[in-house]
Amino acid sequence: MRNLVLGSVLVGLVVVAALLSFAWTPFDPVKVDATHRLLGFGASHWFGTDKFGRDLLSQIMVGARTTLYVGVVAVGIAAVIGTPLGVLAGMAPRWLGEFVMRVNDLVLAFPALLLAIMFGAVFGADTLTAMVAIGIATIPSFARIARSGTLQVMSTEFVLAARAGGRSRLTIAVRHVLPNISGLLIVQASVSFAIAVLAEAALSFLGFGTRPPTPSWGRMLQESQELLTVNPRLALVPGIAIAVAVLGFNLLGDGLRDRLDPRLAARV
Amino acid sequence: MTARVLRRVAIFVVSVLAASIVVFLFMAVLPGDPAQVALGVNATPELLAKTRAEFGIDRPLVTQYFDWIGGVLHGDFGRSYVTREAIGPQLLDRLGVTLWLVGAGMLVALVIAVPAGTFAAVKHRKAVGAGVSGLSQIGVAIPAFLAGIILVQIFAVQLRWLPSGGWTPPDQDFGEFARGLVLPALSLGLVQGAVLTRYVRSAVLDTLGQDYLRTARSKGLRPGQALVRHGLRNASVPVVTVLGLQLATLLIGAVVVERVFVLPGLGSMLLDAVSARDLLTVQGIVLVLVAGVLLVNFVVDVLYTVLDPRLRGS
Amino acid sequence: MTLSVRGLSVNSLVRDVSFEIGAGERVGLIGESGSGKSLTALAIMGLLPEELRASGSVSLHGRELLGLSEKDLSRLRGDELAMVFQEPMTALNPAMRIGRQVTEPGRIHGRRHRAEDLLAAVGLPGTARAYPHQLSGGQRQRVVLAMALANEPSLLICDEPTTALDVTVQAQILSLIKTSLPAESALLFITHDLAVVASVCERVLVMLDGEIVEAGSTREVLTQPKHEYTRKLLAASDLEARR
Repeated sequence: MRNLVLGSVLVGLVVVAALLSFAWTPFDPVKVDATHRLLGFGASHWFGTDKFGRDLLSQIMVGARTTLYVGVVAVGIAAVIGTPLGVLAGMAPRWLGEFVMRVNDLVLAFPALLLAIMFGAVFGADTLTAMVAIGIATIPSFARIARSGTLQVMSTEFVLAARAGGRSRLTIAVRHVLPNISGLLIVQASVSFAIAVLAEAALSFLGFGTRPPTPSWGRMLQESQELLTVNPRLALVPGIAIAVAVLGFNLLGDGLRDRLDPRLAARV
Repeated sequence: MTARVLRRVAIFVVSVLAASIVVFLFMAVLPGDPAQVALGVNATPELLAKTRAEFGIDRPLVTQYFDWIGGVLHGDFGRSYVTREAIGPQLLDRLGVTLWLVGAGMLVALVIAVPAGTFAAVKHRKAVGAGVSGLSQIGVAIPAFLAGIILVQIFAVQLRWLPSGGWTPPDQDFGEFARGLVLPALSLGLVQGAVLTRYVRSAVLDTLGQDYLRTARSKGLRPGQALVRHGLRNASVPVVTVLGLQLATLLIGAVVVERVFVLPGLGSMLLDAVSARDLLTVQGIVLVLVAGVLLVNFVVDVLYTVLDPRLRGS
Repeated sequence: MTLSVRGLSVNSLVRDVSFEIGAGERVGLIGESGSGKSLTALAIMGLLPEELRASGSVSLHGRELLGLSEKDLSRLRGDELAMVFQEPMTALNPAMRIGRQVTEPGRIHGRRHRAEDLLAAVGLPGTARAYPHQLSGGQRQRVVLAMALANEPSLLICDEPTTALDVTVQAQILSLIKTSLPAESALLFITHDLAVVASVCERVLVMLDGEIVEAGSTREVLTQPKHEYTRKLLAASDLEARR
């Protein structure tokens, strides 16, 4: 319960910052202002400014947009492709299920970061390649959880009854399997979101994610590196933003798991 | 048992071959001509054709693939399109650096996670146990490169105890090598240690509730002894799975940490190759990394069999 | 007296339970699930779950056990005090060979046993190198019994040792308990099965909602029950017998 509340608050903070940034930010996040360079924490620029005089708070707010955008698209890709694959693997004949899972394991050998760097090498890195790569790399987690959930549901009595009653596989999948594994999938989505946020930050840090001038937390960190010795604040602010988002989605996932599946509550 | 291991070997070999095809095709179908990249925009058509023939990219894809993979199996990764140097030796060199980093990172993670996770499980009803869990939750949320930046700021810039980056080969000056490895290994290991702590905690917690632990205590073992003699081996089974997955994450995390600490590992080689559009090199490195992940999965699978007698079959 | 329990309470789940068992005496503790039988056993062993507390008095050969340090208790457990649990499938460590598990009580308490001897005594010769998953439920319960009896305990507690087993295997385990228990050992046998009590125990205690409601010789209690609950138990088991 505590996890759920704290997770919702942290995620809510990120979402509100992102939504608010469409209507209002304290300053123009990309406006260069040579007279206000490297200001510290203060009354007008709350989080200070960077070496170009850009307002950090405004950049963080718009950066939240990038973070959520990448997370939603990546998790969306993974859920839309991975869930049907997993349900299929759970309902199909054994050999087909095994085959799907083998392919799944193969995709698992290409971690998000590596895939994104490959995509970047071929198509040129930007936000799109980053989120598609993260999405593809996340498919196996969804497929796996959907399959194990499906196998469980398929062995329950009400599904056996439905099958005995001559319902088609598709009907069973839509009416019985999906509603029963939705809890598992929601938890997976929340945890995957946290991983996607980390991956996006790492990619932007490496220069394989969001391109300038669009603000991104990972790139803010990368830009902070050269002035780190004199201005650790530049790294601290985006660093905390990343940690808040990741912690939020992880806690939300844990909280939802406790709420939706008490049997799993004792596990991680 | 032998049948199971052989099956795993077969799966591993097939997976690596399949991965190599995926990597090869991915790089082969890309827009852009390696010869053009190597020669620049002003190259004459004749020179381009000659260079293509030299790279061997004017041949059918199937021939190209078998040529490449055949060489890789002998340690020959081809010659870079950009520097025209053999890729294999450099790759091996860089791999060594990355393996040191990953190994040290794993060590840090284990040294943190096993005691901390066990402690958090044993004391899960007490505030200290919850505190350790909470700390691990926060640790999970900190990216390795951020940990690296913070560690450099504290230990290299402020305290000047350790170098902020760079690499000394171990056979050249071991002390300097070890000093240089501390911060990168910590930034990689702290975060993974936090993740692992959560799994160790849950595995130990699971074990603590098992009947055989009560049996062990009914024989006269004190709680701690019962946990060590009967619990930890059983708890290690799920932890080893995660450890395997983590090793893969570490291998990729090393890419980022190498950039922070300017280490000449596989990761920085990959990033350099990508920015130089040196695609054959990228292809080779990606294959090595993916094969590494698959190898780890294979080892974990076999390790299961050793740890859990139930999987050996009777 | 081997075991003397006076006014034992566990939170409010077990209330003011008192009884005694002498050397060589076999006493049954019956009642439905949730009546506090197992908690009573765990309280005697000092193995209650962390969140529960026992009060009152439990003494073994006149020595008070409640309030004894974990260190002192662990010296008694597996040596003077032994227990056989209900669920044989999970009571053994899945990752350790049977032989090592069965000789462990000896190693802990400074005695040397041969695994083969202990296992042969319970009818399982040649299983020392097996892992638990290679044995059946009945065989595993024999192993648990071999461990419990290894050091010839003064008190053996059996907590529904046959409930999880097939009927034919139940009879084998019961006769094994009867024949292999040293003559001077006391036995506390927990069950909900009146037939089992009749075949194993001389005396019986009836437990209801955490309290002992009736006690006496097995014959007395089973033929002339005084408490209404005992009569109900008897009637229910009669029905079962007739079915």
